[in-house]
Amino acid sequence: MTEDIIKVKDLIVAYDEKPAIWHLNMTLQKNSITAIVGPNGAGKSTLIKSIMQLIKPVSGEIQINGSKSKKALKDVAYVPQKGEVNWEFPTTVLDVVLMGRYVHKGWIKRPNKNDHKIAMSALREMKMEAFRNRQISELSGGQRQRVFLARAICQDADIYIMDEPLQGIDITTEKLIIKTIKSLQQEGKTFLVVHHNLDTVKEYFDHVIIMNKTIFAGGKISEVWTEENIDKAYNEVSAVR
Amino acid sequence: MIEVLFVLIIASLATSVLGVFLVLKNQAMTTDAISHTILLGIVLAFFITQDIRSPWLIIGAALIGVLTVYLIQLINQTNLIKNDASIGIVFTALFAIAIILISRYADNVHLDIDVVIAGEVLFAPLNRIEIFGFSIPRALWQLGLLLIVNTGFVALFYKELKVSTFDPKFAYVIGFSTTLIYYMLMTLVSVTAVVAFDAVGAILVINFFVAPVLTAYLLVKKLSHMIFLTAFIAVLNSTLGYLIGYNMDLSMSGATAAVAFLIFMTVFLFKPDGYIILKIKKRRQKKEFMHAMILMLMSEDEHETISLDEISKHFNLSRSETENQLETLEVDGYIVKTDEHYMLTLRGEEFTHYSRIKYELTPY
Repeated sequence: MTEDIIKVKDLIVAYDEKPAIWHLNMTLQKNSITAIVGPNGAGKSTLIKSIMQLIKPVSGEIQINGSKSKKALKDVAYVPQKGEVNWEFPTTVLDVVLMGRYVHKGWIKRPNKNDHKIAMSALREMKMEAFRNRQISELSGGQRQRVFLARAICQDADIYIMDEPLQGIDITTEKLIIKTIKSLQQEGKTFLVVHHNLDTVKEYFDHVIIMNKTIFAGGKISEVWTEENIDKAYNEVSAVR
Repeated sequence: MIEVLFVLIIASLATSVLGVFLVLKNQAMTTDAISHTILLGIVLAFFITQDIRSPWLIIGAALIGVLTVYLIQLINQTNLIKNDASIGIVFTALFAIAIILISRYADNVHLDIDVVIAGEVLFAPLNRIEIFGFSIPRALWQLGLLLIVNTGFVALFYKELKVSTFDPKFAYVIGFSTTLIYYMLMTLVSVTAVVAFDAVGAILVINFFVAPVLTAYLLVKKLSHMIFLTAFIAVLNSTLGYLIGYNMDLSMSGATAAVAFLIFMTVFLFKPDGYIILKIKKRRQKKEFMHAMILMLMSEDEHETISLDEISKHFNLSRSETENQLETLEVDGYIVKTDEHYMLTLRGEEFTHYSRIKYELTPY
């Protein structure tokens, strides 16, 4: 019996007048590694930002672990696109990873020794231990992505939502990230990943959501990853019109 | 007179501890906006109280300071206008409203920022207050309280300030209200700015909010270090500014702001990876690279003997530059000159061999 850990019902999201997401229904299966694919402007980032409550939808319902409240987000680790933070900020790699622990601290309380230990082991997992005292501005693109992932691991959430983690990074980091994702899956974690490269979908993921404003197909790779479904999503100019 | 120094130091500490976060949020110029918009608060409070010496004028100023910040944030949130532009539009608009109100309804009253806000640190010791039987300058008392409040705020909410400045979306997702943190910070900025304007003047306050922070920013890689170094530089600037102002009979504010600039420039130019060292390094690297390129060209069979003109043409260098390079190479013993043509020496051959390895080129 499979279980849906995230449910999205009849979601509509619009920027200004144009809908970015149109009557979208999807489910995220527990313990899956699910890719979201679709052409540019298909609303992939918008979908995960809506799930993270960073965007207010026009209508629709989003449930995480059966709950609609903001508290449910505590079970979700969000890995944003690399460009979205200030990389000139005076902070070290270890500091950033430690921020993952803040979610368990609440207001005012500081991370303690145990949190440091967890952060260090997350860094070790991403092979960034040697860089722990580096200022983040000195890191390469791939290293920055590893730091983000280490921060997410540090959060110790059940669900990981990632916005193009493999965009613009070196192949070593790509392999390492996928390896880490797969080993976290063994521990019972669930992944929802915006992905660009259609060639690697089969190799890296077990579930896929093909979308363009709305869902064209979703489910197991073996069942829905077909030429026909991909063509439909990529050739339709817009599902809305 | 020493009280003037205390006022400077406490004002610089109370402002710069908040300035760290303003600079990191790219909002350093907010204080500049506040320094002008408070006129509107003064004008409105005057209309209500009809008393130019009422303390409500200062309170009105602080309230408009908060409103300024609020409006800037409101415009920013539309994402239609960039941060610096929204500061510009809010600041001029509120200031203009104040000017219109004065010219329309208070033309016969001398109403201006400097009537209400003294802004001269030398006068600060004249306005005194009794605290626990001690007579101390009012400014010192007010700024001292703000220093405690501001430092307490940063110490208490250090983690929240850090994460919401570095990665606001992440902070929001993990359950911290970035809006609440932002408005707490900006309210303190506004109140501190107004009180400090009164004590030391607008320009110096803006300088206090920004200069020590930027100097520290050049030197450290951790936020906590940045805060402590900022405090140290703030005290240093104030003390040097006071000593220079006092001994040379200059404006204290002017001297302190000028010192802050000089210290910033010194760090900017002379720190280990600063402007000058970087320039020197780049120049040296460029020269060394050119040497290697010339020698490598000469190690190719078809250029075994080569004239100055051919080299300058090949690398697109001027004649004098080429002469310069070749002279150094000849003195160092990498090349010899015979009949206006150059040839590699044995040493030069060896050098090209190692250069190829260094630049990861295949051996020739």
